Amino acid sequence: MADSFALEPLSRGPGLLTRGLRKLGIGKGFPWIAASVLAAVLVSALFSTWLAPHNAGGISLENSLTPPMWMEGGDSTYVLGTDNLGRDIFSRIIVGAQVSVEIAAYAIILSGAIGAMLGMTAGYFGGWVDAVISRLIDIQMAVPSIPMAMLFAAVLAPGKGMVIFIIVLTYWSWYARILRDEVLSLRERDYIALAKVAGVRTPVIFARHLFPNILNTLFVLATLQFGSVIVFEAGLSFLGLGIQPPQISWGGMLSDGRNFIEVAWWLITMPGLAIMAACLASNLLGDWLRDTFDPKLRQS
Amino acid sequence: MGRYIFNRSWQGLIAIIGALAIVFIAQRLSGDPVALLLPMDATEADFVAMRAKLGLDQPMVVQFWRFLQSAVVGDFGHSYMWNEPAMDLILDRLPATLELAFAGLVFAAALAVPLGVLSAVYQDSWIDRVAKVFAMLGQAVPNFWIGLLLILFFAVYLQWFPAFGRGTIMHLVLPAIALGWYPVAAMTRTLRSAMLEIMQSDYIRMARAVGLGQRSIIWKYALRNAAVPLVTMLGVYFAGMLGGAFVVEVVFAWPGVGRAVVEAVFARDFPVVQAGVVLSAVVFVVVNLLVDLSYGVIDPRIRHGR
Repeated sequence: MADSFALEPLSRGPGLLTRGLRKLGIGKGFPWIAASVLAAVLVSALFSTWLAPHNAGGISLENSLTPPMWMEGGDSTYVLGTDNLGRDIFSRIIVGAQVSVEIAAYAIILSGAIGAMLGMTAGYFGGWVDAVISRLIDIQMAVPSIPMAMLFAAVLAPGKGMVIFIIVLTYWSWYARILRDEVLSLRERDYIALAKVAGVRTPVIFARHLFPNILNTLFVLATLQFGSVIVFEAGLSFLGLGIQPPQISWGGMLSDGRNFIEVAWWLITMPGLAIMAACLASNLLGDWLRDTFDPKLRQS
Repeated sequence: MGRYIFNRSWQGLIAIIGALAIVFIAQRLSGDPVALLLPMDATEADFVAMRAKLGLDQPMVVQFWRFLQSAVVGDFGHSYMWNEPAMDLILDRLPATLELAFAGLVFAAALAVPLGVLSAVYQDSWIDRVAKVFAMLGQAVPNFWIGLLLILFFAVYLQWFPAFGRGTIMHLVLPAIALGWYPVAAMTRTLRSAMLEIMQSDYIRMARAVGLGQRSIIWKYALRNAAVPLVTMLGVYFAGMLGGAFVVEVVFAWPGVGRAVVEAVFARDFPVVQAGVVLSAVVFVVVNLLVDLSYGVIDPRIRHGR
């Protein structure tokens, strides 16, 4: 064994980077385009101030409704054209990514944490605890999400906080249901039973034995949720119930552009493409993660 | 079967009570439910009467019980905008929403059935690939954006269809497509996998052996069984569309429940909002219940299995 290892020529075989990526499961079939799009969205969100070529809120009426640069009358400094107030669409899309990503991050972390907590509790303890939590999940799933969003939009002050609250309220049950089922089967494993017999305290079992085992599922669900959160937030902002102007959001841009649909097609097309690209990328990457790390999930 | 119906109905009832509880909590979340339920120019006497009706000096449980009592008779207060009972206002708008959701469903099925069948029969062909791309896009594109694009192409440029409003069948086309877009993807994939499975089954092989033509095997014998999961899906999506129609209704100025609720949110007309939310939740739960109960009727195999 040792001989053959020594004889192996160094240059042969995959390089260090490739091997490293393969260890993470990234090899053939990895959705590179989706991952790049998602990375671009994240980078735009983090560094929007430096990346935006123009001041996203800067009004210049003499440049209003400039078409995209490849069209007649287009201006190469305004790649995707300008809106009715002469604001650069490209810059606004980059800055708009910030709100989308920020809301998605908070919403995913909070709904994931609440859902995981309740799902693990229900699955592990069973009995009446499970009955109560499962009923709550059923109720949440039986109430249509958009009307419920309207309800809270009517009583809470609009803005980021409200949007995050509504999304968490809608999505926690989704995590809870899937993770409950998973913990239900984990609970029966020998190592959990042995840990119990050995006198390991319940919080330790949760943290050391259950949580690491649901981490893959949690990660897959979070990636898949990213896209739908972006669409949900855009929908609320489009209706005027989410992010309020002057704060820039993709949904808000669609809502503004709607009034000029007859004269400027790019106002509603460009932000929509951004929403679609972000959502599509997160779905594709989420599907790949699921197939790679958690093939069981495909059935549910 | 009887026991099953009872259990499912019981669950449905709990879900509706849960939805009412959420509405109740939202009312209290605003701080002062009385201010929420009365118009700005309400008199002191109105306030006193509303406080007594809600029983705000009573424990929460009693307050919730009173809320349930008025909910059962459909009393969600008066709309200040229209000066009408809120539930009546919402019920007036329900037919428009049902019409739109039904049209959306027809569109979705009309596209999903041929796509699903053909992509299964010609597995891995170009049509299968087109259907896959279509499915991927369908789930990533928000319905309000589809709506805007449809308006842009078919109403502004081509001027084939009106951009908004309700009236003729022409008004129905664009909003129905926008609303029906999303379920096409899931329906196509479900039908595709059901068809693939059925085409391998014994009775289809038998039909082949007997010498039936490919066309009648596919469309007459295979589709009939493959459509079972599709039919139940239709019901589930119909229920979902009633909620999803909210945004599409706003895009197309469709005078349905959703648009009424959104307008009421802006006008701070809370009685209308809660009536609309409760009605959509009830319709959602009832339709889902009917779908579950219809499994056995549509597919006798399930009934025997139970």
